[in-house]
Amino acid sequence: MYPAQFDYRRAGSVDEALSLLQENEDAKLMAGGHSLIPMMKLRLAQPPVVIDIGRLNELKGISEAGGSVRVGSLTTHADIAASDVLAAHCPVLAEAAGHIGDAQVRNRGTIGGNIAHADPGSDIPPVLVLLGASVHLQSPSGTRSVAAGDFFQDLLMTDVGEDEILTHVDAPALGAGTGSAYLKFEHPASGYAVVGAAASVTVQGGRCTGAGLVVGGVSATPTAVDVSSLVGTDLSDDAIAAAASGLDAEDPIGDIFASGDYRVHVGKVYGKRALAAARDRA
Amino acid sequence: MARVLGTSIKRREDPALITGRGKYTDDLKAEGLAHAVIVRSPYAHARIRGIDTSAAAALPGVLAVLTARDVAAAGIPGVVPVGWLLPDLVTPAHPMIAADTVRHVGDAVAVVVAEDRYLARDAADRVAVDYEPLDAVADVVAALEDGAPSVHEEAPGNVAFDWEIGEREPVDAAFASAAHTVELDLRNNRLIPHAIEPRAVLASYDSSTGEMTIHMTSQNPHVHRLLMTLASLGMPEHKVRIVAPEVGGGFGSKIHHYADEAIVGLCSMKLDRPVKWTATRTETNLTDAHGRDHSTRCALALDADGRITGLRVDTAAAMGAYLSTFAPAVPTYLYGTLMSGQYDIPAIHCHVTGVFTHTTPVDAYRGAGRPEATYVVERLMHLAGEATGLGPVEVRRRNFVSPDAFPYQTQVALAYDSGNYGPAMDRALEMIGYEDLRSQQASRRDNGAKQIGIGFSSYIEACGLAPSAVVGSLGAQAGQWESADVRVHPTASVTVYTGSSSHGQGHETTFSQIVADRLGIDPEAVEVIHGDTDLVQFGMGTYGSRSAAVGGSAIARSVDKIIEKGKKIAAHLLEASAEDLEYEDGSFRVAGSPDRSLGLGDVALQAYLAHNYPDDLEPGLSATSFYDPANFTYPFGTHVCVVEVDTETGSIELLRYAAVDDVGNVINPMIVDGQLHGGLAQGIGQALWENAVYDESGQLVSGSLMDYAVPKIHNLIPFELDRTTTPCPHNPLGVKGVGEAGAIASPAAVVNAVVDALAPFGISHIDMPLTPEKVWRAVNS
Repeated sequence: MYPAQFDYRRAGSVDEALSLLQENEDAKLMAGGHSLIPMMKLRLAQPPVVIDIGRLNELKGISEAGGSVRVGSLTTHADIAASDVLAAHCPVLAEAAGHIGDAQVRNRGTIGGNIAHADPGSDIPPVLVLLGASVHLQSPSGTRSVAAGDFFQDLLMTDVGEDEILTHVDAPALGAGTGSAYLKFEHPASGYAVVGAAASVTVQGGRCTGAGLVVGGVSATPTAVDVSSLVGTDLSDDAIAAAASGLDAEDPIGDIFASGDYRVHVGKVYGKRALAAARDRA
Repeated sequence: MARVLGTSIKRREDPALITGRGKYTDDLKAEGLAHAVIVRSPYAHARIRGIDTSAAAALPGVLAVLTARDVAAAGIPGVVPVGWLLPDLVTPAHPMIAADTVRHVGDAVAVVVAEDRYLARDAADRVAVDYEPLDAVADVVAALEDGAPSVHEEAPGNVAFDWEIGEREPVDAAFASAAHTVELDLRNNRLIPHAIEPRAVLASYDSSTGEMTIHMTSQNPHVHRLLMTLASLGMPEHKVRIVAPEVGGGFGSKIHHYADEAIVGLCSMKLDRPVKWTATRTETNLTDAHGRDHSTRCALALDADGRITGLRVDTAAAMGAYLSTFAPAVPTYLYGTLMSGQYDIPAIHCHVTGVFTHTTPVDAYRGAGRPEATYVVERLMHLAGEATGLGPVEVRRRNFVSPDAFPYQTQVALAYDSGNYGPAMDRALEMIGYEDLRSQQASRRDNGAKQIGIGFSSYIEACGLAPSAVVGSLGAQAGQWESADVRVHPTASVTVYTGSSSHGQGHETTFSQIVADRLGIDPEAVEVIHGDTDLVQFGMGTYGSRSAAVGGSAIARSVDKIIEKGKKIAAHLLEASAEDLEYEDGSFRVAGSPDRSLGLGDVALQAYLAHNYPDDLEPGLSATSFYDPANFTYPFGTHVCVVEVDTETGSIELLRYAAVDDVGNVINPMIVDGQLHGGLAQGIGQALWENAVYDESGQLVSGSLMDYAVPKIHNLIPFELDRTTTPCPHNPLGVKGVGEAGAIASPAAVVNAVVDALAPFGISHIDMPLTPEKVWRAVNS
């Protein structure tokens, strides 16, 4: 477990990190290091330069303004899981973050590093897609934002450009009458999600006015399920089961623990259970 | 003085370990230390056309790159031997470094030594090996098929041995006249031991003296010294010192002698410098001997009353690519001999084929043969309960060896010295609230996706290895005694030198309790030294749950000898006859004259002063014993597991786990409970999660902790433990052994519980590990 030789640079500001990225071809940014360092130790990643952005306080923190929450990219999973702001405005994000790894991982791992790595078994991506969050990126030429649904492109592939740093995530706050839930079917070895189902349901006057379901782990990127059939219903168990059974994945991923077919099946079951939990919390 | 045997005094080992002050092999430093990285085959089977080491050797800081050619040039034996021989066992050579053929992924082909670990690792990437990949076979059943790729030319059909125990004809007759028969095809899944500390070695050769000190992760330093010197390095045994410093778990994996430690020894001899190697987790998974990996067809015959009349077992047991140290004994004498379980079975036949495969070698892993045997017997008993309509409790009870039948001679060689099986089962039923659970189960049957199941495992094991003459007659190339040198100091504190080397069990605590109890002194006055061939007289090591029963008995014997000698000294000082002296609570007393007594300290001081001393006695107060047990010991018990199965997803939740074990007298209840907890975690892990998976090309696809699921604390539940006590009748402490009981009993209990939950679906068996997808597919097929 000895990585190949690499240079280590620590950035003191986002601007310095961006310059270091420009100056060093094939350099890798490191936040909490919980995805990058294991890959380097196995020599699956051999970046010539590692740029440590872990101490950029400007990228840390959680706030709410104007019906939107903002989470800095270097905010740890532990801070997200324990956030009062998120508990009030976006509880499903906090719930999902609490499922990541163990306490040590949550204390080091960051939301930015997590989604930039884009592991299909990660807990955060389906939640961001469910919320309709936007991912904000900065480069020497300016800033831009990408819808979470477009950000995750393929297995371990995102829309982050080589000269960009992920700075923060914005997500609309969930309003009154909206319940949400994240249910995880955990891999017994890795602790990643074999399937992670993120659901939200809005109820007004006993009727569903909006619903969403996004399932992680089934495909290379989060899979959104069309659950619009729930709108106007009273969210009966049968209606929820029927809606969740719409989960479809063209090319489901599989491994020695869980085949693609099985993941799709569990996705439907967990989708159903997540929707029911969201309903009960609405 | 209160007794200290049977009390949960805290482990004296823990302050150093939990504050990080314990020194493990990888923590050790040495002047001029160099570092080795071993280059390993990425193929399961390939011919080596050539190896170009020049690019690696040219890297600045690289000290040596050695291959099989260098082993040959060194003029040493250069092999890794097998230490247990069966009749007609095929024993192909296992070279320290593969010369022309590699036979499993991870087989060593070269070693690089450099000034630091990073350089060595970089250089290892530059060793260019020209492989010609060959067809491989990783599966134990496929390896026996006609036309399967051959692992060794010497072993046609990949058969390493063909072994049987018991009589075939009476079993056939029993089946011919049986009222009920049940049969089962099962796999016992291959496991990777996963000690937290990977294997490591620091070898320091000194050409000026011709001596070598090897610090290494060993469960048995003297055994390692013998195998290392005799078969691998060809050094005189007295010139090699092996030290096992803190050892972070082994579960059997650190019994065996491996190529890697010998390779590092050779490197040190070549360079005349200390050389260290520590396995990465990937190397650990590829080279530590694996466990289990059986394919078995078995059947049980019963009469109309549900009494067992015959048992038939046919097993193919994987050996892997080479025969590891004790590998041939595990699926034979530690497996076939246990087939009678707790039951009076009049006819048993067990046939085992040892099979070479292109995989990591398989050898003893916690339980070693006994978990596999228990799994066969207890799965069949579950099915027998269904087939006879008696249910799991009554069918077992009806067949238990009766308490007045001991010693009980089984049909498979072992003679159980003692036992009383009914009370352990009764207690387990009481703890679990059996009748209430059955009514809860019934109420769920037609109601919802989550079904409850209750599974039993009434196990027996044979541990405390073992009478040397017996194991010798069965093929062991070693004795199975244990030694203890107990030295009383002039100030009456005591140092124990034991050959039973600890790797986490708490020997220092429990052995001090044995001495303190017998001598009537404070356990704090007893020091326990182990794990160093220069300090300890000799030893066979720690495995097979033998440390208390054999190592502890050796200590007890030595203490008894000291008391006898002390009586002679005291008699001289008290002007009494030694026959009239008693020893109690740390004092020698003249029987009937309580005022005429001397403390242990008075006697010990005089033993070393020898100023006023018997003429016919040597000074000093120490004694050495080599204790060779009269029989194995036979712990037993009944475990009950309760699970909830989510039939919609196949997920299994543990609800309850009750274990009633009879391990004989208990030295330290806390340590005994801890051993059970660990064993249960590993056995439940085997049942539900752990699986070493090879693909068809022989790649280990569960080679990392991302894919191989060892149980974590949040996967488990609080265990409910209790004990019955049937002391071992043939050792001085009445102890039996507990290190493996949890791993032996629990797989069958868990699988029986899941199958019980799924009975409405007509499911009678699912192979371990019971992953959710397997369960779901069974429910939906």
